Amino acid sequence: MMRRKNSLFAAAALATAALLGLAGCSAGAGSSSGSGGETPTTATIALTGTPTNLDFTTTAGSAIPQALMSNVYEGLVELDDSGEIVPLLAQEWSVSDDRKTYTFTLQEGVTFSNGAPFTAEDVKFSFDRVKTDWVSSLKTKMDVVENVEVLSDTEVAVHLSTPSNAWLFSLATPVGAIFTPEGVDDLANAPVGTGPYEVASWTPNESIVFETRDDYWGEAPGVEEVTLKYFADATATTNALQTGDVDAIANLQAPELLSSFEADDQFVVTSGTSSGEVSLSMNNRAAPFDDVRVRQAVLYALDEQAILDTAWNGYGSLVATYATPTDPYYEDLTDVYPHDPEKAKELLAEAGQENLSITFTVPTRPYAQAVSEIVVSQLKDVGITATIESAEFPAVWLDEVFTKHDYQMTTVLAVEARDILTVFNDPDYYIGYDNSKIAPIAAEADQADEAGYVEGMQQVARQIVDDAASGVLFLFPNITVAKAGLQGLPENAIVEALNLTDLSWQ
Amino acid sequence: MAIRILINLARFAVTYVVATVVVFLFMRLIPGDPAQIALGVNATPELLEQTRREFGTDRPLVVQYFEWFGGLLRGDFGTSYLTRTDISPMVLDRVQVSLILVLTAMAVALLVAIPLGTWAAVKHRSFSGVAIGLGSQIGVAIPGFLAGILLVMIFAVGLGWLPANGWTAPAEDFGDFLRRLILPVVALASVQGAILTRYVRSAVLEVMSEDYLRTARAKGLSANGALLKHGLRNAAIPVITVTGVQIAALIIGAVVIERVFVIPGLGSMLLDAVGNRDMLTVQSVVMVLVAITLILNLVVDILYTIIDPRLRRSA
Repeated sequence: MMRRKNSLFAAAALATAALLGLAGCSAGAGSSSGSGGETPTTATIALTGTPTNLDFTTTAGSAIPQALMSNVYEGLVELDDSGEIVPLLAQEWSVSDDRKTYTFTLQEGVTFSNGAPFTAEDVKFSFDRVKTDWVSSLKTKMDVVENVEVLSDTEVAVHLSTPSNAWLFSLATPVGAIFTPEGVDDLANAPVGTGPYEVASWTPNESIVFETRDDYWGEAPGVEEVTLKYFADATATTNALQTGDVDAIANLQAPELLSSFEADDQFVVTSGTSSGEVSLSMNNRAAPFDDVRVRQAVLYALDEQAILDTAWNGYGSLVATYATPTDPYYEDLTDVYPHDPEKAKELLAEAGQENLSITFTVPTRPYAQAVSEIVVSQLKDVGITATIESAEFPAVWLDEVFTKHDYQMTTVLAVEARDILTVFNDPDYYIGYDNSKIAPIAAEADQADEAGYVEGMQQVARQIVDDAASGVLFLFPNITVAKAGLQGLPENAIVEALNLTDLSWQ
Repeated sequence: MAIRILINLARFAVTYVVATVVVFLFMRLIPGDPAQIALGVNATPELLEQTRREFGTDRPLVVQYFEWFGGLLRGDFGTSYLTRTDISPMVLDRVQVSLILVLTAMAVALLVAIPLGTWAAVKHRSFSGVAIGLGSQIGVAIPGFLAGILLVMIFAVGLGWLPANGWTAPAEDFGDFLRRLILPVVALASVQGAILTRYVRSAVLEVMSEDYLRTARAKGLSANGALLKHGLRNAAIPVITVTGVQIAALIIGAVVIERVFVIPGLGSMLLDAVGNRDMLTVQSVVMVLVAITLILNLVVDILYTIIDPRLRRSA
């Protein structure tokens, strides 16, 4: 009888010993690429925010183009790290005198990852397809295209109905991606592009594995395989980097976790710029923010530098509106509304809103939670009582704030590049800004030459700031942490694409 | 006994069907439109309409329900709105991961709890007995995710002995599978072990005061002998119940541990799907969880009849 009881104890002891033993055996191991003597040929990059599928022509979210543009799909042009439009699949292009016809000379010897050759027909197919098959309002960026004319295998002319500066820029975004007719059957799972990588495997919510292509037309990346690993939160990414499970974190979402990496020369931390504005949106169509004085009072009340320092450890930069330093028309307007609580109180008094109570709808995202408390406390100093109401993101926020416009004040990260007109030149957009003053200027700027474009867009931006249409708390930084030997991660995040084509180990 | 099992099966079927209706309706009650989420801030009314048609969410609820339910009967969960892939194989993958995690944790917890709890009961007046009782009380109070974070900080980030997160399938690399399994299993098992230790302890304590044990001792068995021969079998009944209930709870509760350790289990799948209002996926995962819970109940019931001969006669 005692034997049976002892055997139970023995089993428990054995199990415990086995677990501890396993832990002991593996001590010191557990490092992937980057730590051996030889130069590794693979790289694993940690990201937060997983793509729901691989088809950005029908599904929203920046995660899909982040992974696929530049790497799997290429456009005729792309944006370099300083925001300049440079050739990619087009060797060069010319613009007609009336600025309505763009003639592109295409790269030769380019193939898609399914082996199909890339020709002018594919450009026509891709641009036409945006209008017919895309389910996303991004498709409107192609509305200005009247027709695409194939001149030869390597020459294509695009005729626009009116001149458009914005259109050429759009070609560097997902709407400019080039597809092949034989490669669009299962975009959600099996993308086919001309880029240096092809998708070797995809596990929803977990990872995407890229392999470099032998038949890539351009310069091959310095690694053979790249894995994008998706994590639900930032702490998990830093743990994974520290234990060697990943080689880099692209766009870290928690600057407070950086200190241990900054002090360690095994890692390199960079903080670049991005096109993501952490907005403070005020509903221009509903009281009390239908009064420009109340909106201006809020902008005077806020100390954006203090918000940036408190909420995001000082990483990031300050901008006045949705024009960012990498846009050609950027100008620094941050001094229009200096931190001036007295002025804010005066404006509120003028508007008859001395004891103002508002609701601040905060989406359930780390940046939003981080800024909300300090915004509330700064507003309190000028007599505005803001009550935080949490909105699940994306479902509830999209439904209540974005679609039904049922909110007073909210904050959201707007990641799209050159989105100032998307946000403000549409009175039906959730901010509800009266665009009557900017619409004609914006239309004229789009059709003008380059200098006219810059001048016009600056005027638009100034008008939006003067009207206090909405605030921008800060411009999101692009924080990257990588193992010291890993080179070529882009420093800035100007477009959605996370360009991994220059990746290499030193 | 056959009738008893038949009754159980009937109860199983009815509960399951009722659950499908409840789950289906609840998913429609919470705010958030899947088409809106798929299109994001680039949605226009026409595109929304088109996407709803594509998803089938524009059809009457009754039609949607029966189509889904019909699929369930055939074992086909349908196609996810968002990933645009079949749900069934994904769920199957995830179930395996969750079951491996939870059953391993439960086995470890039982291996620790049964001897410890019995010891704590038998020696409930001694120092070691009191210490185990106290220790298990503290263990119950520590949330699993906290244990998980602490384990990661110490053994992964601090000492570098084990990976901090991630999952490898056993067929792919068994060694790596085990290394990645250890920390989440310890995190889950420490809390479960503490809970079960307390159950075992009180069950054994209760049994020890029963008349039949005194009778057995009067017939000449030693205290330990009487407990082993007659007591533990009776003490096992409440422990089995609680184990069954805890396994079911653990599969759902493991979501937090799955999040901490980035494990692609059912829990994290559910969380992602709810966030994206991927209704068909949510419904499917929930129904799998309901099925597991009901099956566990069935197994517990059957185990009762095996352990306790009186139940065999009564039905």
